[in-house]
Amino acid sequence: MSENKLKMSSSPHIRSKVTSANIMLYVTIALLPASAFGVWNFGVSALVMLICTTASAVLTEYIYEKLMHKKITVNDFSAVVTGLLLGLNMPPSAPWWMGVLGGVFAILIVKQLFGGLGQNFMNPALGARCFLLISFTSQMTTFVYDGVTGPTPLAQLKSGEVVDSMSMLLGRIPGTIGETSVIAVIIGAIFLILMGIIDLRIPGTYIASFVVFIGIFGHFANPDVGFFDPQYITAHLCGGGLMLGAWFMATDYVTSPITKKGQIVYGMLLGILTGLFRLFGGSAEGVSYAIIIGNLIVPLIERVTFPKPFGKGGEK
Amino acid sequence: MNNCTERIYNGLVKENPTFVLMLGMCPTLAVTTSAVNGVGMGLSTTVVLVLSNMLISMLRKIIPDSVRMPAFIVVVASFVTIVQFLLEGFVPSLYDSLGLYIPLIVVNCIILGRAESYASKNPVLPSIFDGIGMGLGFTVGLAAIGIVREVIGTGAIFGQQILPLADAAAGTGGYVPVTIFILPPGAFLVLAFLVALQNKVRNNAAKKGKKVTEPAGCGEGCASCGNSACGGNVFPTGNEK
Repeated sequence: MSENKLKMSSSPHIRSKVTSANIMLYVTIALLPASAFGVWNFGVSALVMLICTTASAVLTEYIYEKLMHKKITVNDFSAVVTGLLLGLNMPPSAPWWMGVLGGVFAILIVKQLFGGLGQNFMNPALGARCFLLISFTSQMTTFVYDGVTGPTPLAQLKSGEVVDSMSMLLGRIPGTIGETSVIAVIIGAIFLILMGIIDLRIPGTYIASFVVFIGIFGHFANPDVGFFDPQYITAHLCGGGLMLGAWFMATDYVTSPITKKGQIVYGMLLGILTGLFRLFGGSAEGVSYAIIIGNLIVPLIERVTFPKPFGKGGEK
Repeated sequence: MNNCTERIYNGLVKENPTFVLMLGMCPTLAVTTSAVNGVGMGLSTTVVLVLSNMLISMLRKIIPDSVRMPAFIVVVASFVTIVQFLLEGFVPSLYDSLGLYIPLIVVNCIILGRAESYASKNPVLPSIFDGIGMGLGFTVGLAAIGIVREVIGTGAIFGQQILPLADAAAGTGGYVPVTIFILPPGAFLVLAFLVALQNKVRNNAAKKGKKVTEPAGCGEGCASCGNSACGGNVFPTGNEK
């Protein structure tokens, strides 16, 4: 009889082949152009920093889960992505132990203590970056390029100097390891979009609202700049961590809203906050703080934008 | 154990205001940037607590129930004013670094909590010892947080440099202070880790079958709890019913 071959089960019957490990592997691959460019641009010290952050993130995850008798989730690449992203956010001249400390902080405190992958309330890499930025401000904001310590283009822009947008696009400028080359970041982002890992909703609204904010308020921060000055806007778009943040960190699944409307609100919030910090804040860069504050507001955004079930009569 | 030593044990360990009852979080987080500040704040609070407990216990039959809160506040505020003038006169450096938090002792929930839940119902001598115990518990808590933050954040303890600092200009290696620990986020991190540590110790003791003393009345939920000092602020320690 054939009755034994019939299995009864509830839906879902068709499951996606995509797993967390797949997604994280794709993100790792997408980060490689920016990493490779960073190593080429800054030399061995950048490579050492990337290895330190990644290795310490993975090891911390392994040791913590071993000690706590939890399932070892090192194989899902999420710790690799966190470590690599943190490394890309570090200045190449920072000492190696700072990278190790950041990796441990990201995984242990921001991720595992809140329950591991899927439970962290803010992006671990950015949490660790802000921890290091507050703790070691001078080392984290000293950028050495070609043996010379100089201001980043954003800092020059803030003090009213003229910057060369072309070298900012290519990435031949001082900055953190992964943020300098807009082209390398965009290559990775295009790969992620083609693979269907991220969509344009968050990065698109982030960048668009940032452009509008800078276009309008740039004039108030720096009277020499006109409204919607194309050169000023281009320099702001290519400078600092905006591209890396918008494509790789604002789109983190765990810490961004799941509702479509929520993602648009979130993107706009990030754009406005980043513009606000860059133009009127104390330091020249504000992407990491903007995304972290955005992360904290995500639960509220989701609550407000939760879709109404169809056919339930709608709002009363 | 007689009543007086029991009160001191209760304040220091069993119902430690910082790590068990989680009371007085505002000064706990704000002034513990160094060990000296922590101890200074703890001892100032202890003095006020002991004196106000004593006076309120003496007056407990005179103060009408309906106006007891204003009466307590007047008593506490008088002692705080005295302590404030004494600090300003004799340890101006501590007075400057504690700043606003000295007058704020008036509304410190440990002091009002002990007045309401203990001193107004008990004789003078146990009330004094209750004040000493709670005050010392608070001092120990603040000192512990202050020491951890000062060591990690500056490499010093009670102002004495114990870890030689790295000097980038001279090129000498050494300890690089993790500045975040003397800034506000560091207070939250250190407090969380110390509370986690003390919960771990309690849980381990409970597993080994040792009798773990719970904060009074916290097994039954807040509705049936008579301990108004708590104010529903005690976080579950994981070994409660």
